[in-house]
Amino acid sequence: MEMVVFYALAFLAVASGVGVIAQRSATRSALFLLANLCCLAGLLILLNAQFVALSQVIVYAGAIVVLFLFIVLLLGIERVEEGPGTRKAQGAAGVLLGVLLLVGIIWALLSSPGASAPALVRTDNVREFGELLLTDFAIPFELAAVVLLVAIIGVVALAKKRLEE
Amino acid sequence: MVPASFYLILAAVLFVLGAIGVLIRRNVLVMLMSVELMLAAANLTLVTHSRFLGKVDGQVFALLVMAVAAAEVAVGLAAIVSLVRHKDTTDVDEIDRC
Repeated sequence: MEMVVFYALAFLAVASGVGVIAQRSATRSALFLLANLCCLAGLLILLNAQFVALSQVIVYAGAIVVLFLFIVLLLGIERVEEGPGTRKAQGAAGVLLGVLLLVGIIWALLSSPGASAPALVRTDNVREFGELLLTDFAIPFELAAVVLLVAIIGVVALAKKRLEE
Repeated sequence: MVPASFYLILAAVLFVLGAIGVLIRRNVLVMLMSVELMLAAANLTLVTHSRFLGKVDGQVFALLVMAVAAAEVAVGLAAIVSLVRHKDTTDVDEIDRC
């Protein structure tokens, strides 16, 4: 059963990933990205990481994809459409480099110790996660807050400069 | 039980799809979306290792990656809007030309 769900989600994730890079319209790319991230959230639930899966849906699907769609509509759809005539050589070189990268990454990942380890049964995931986040990883957690604050200030600065011109 | 290598290969495939997207697309918005795809794939790797090595650390890192991704998208899109106001296009080749 788990295998069937995995294969279905994996197929949908890869198909929507191809959709993101193959669509000419940026709106459709954004919607395929949404489908992809939801499939990934499903896979994270299969991996018993419920909290990360839910934050994935909230942060990625709820905030990031909506922000993308907002910007696409703000700039105007006709301005973000990609015209025909993508360079053939560029596409071929990109795919070739991508395949080489894939071979390298798979080789590296499969030789890592986690690739052959048996799964450990865990149930009390969220409690352990929260404890770890606020004890061992308290400093990175606070730094993430600072990163977000700096991002807000940066966005305001970028937008403000545009208004003054 | 799905073995860890399946998840890792899937994450590698999604990461490479994102990388190919950055390489072959010319629309700067879609390039940023491809970067998001790569970040999400890296998250899947982190969580897979967290599950199969029996430590929750990987999931904490996945959450931090998500926070950085959100910050990156906000700043990146603001920069793109600024860029489009100046150059009136999202095509990286045309931006490069003018």
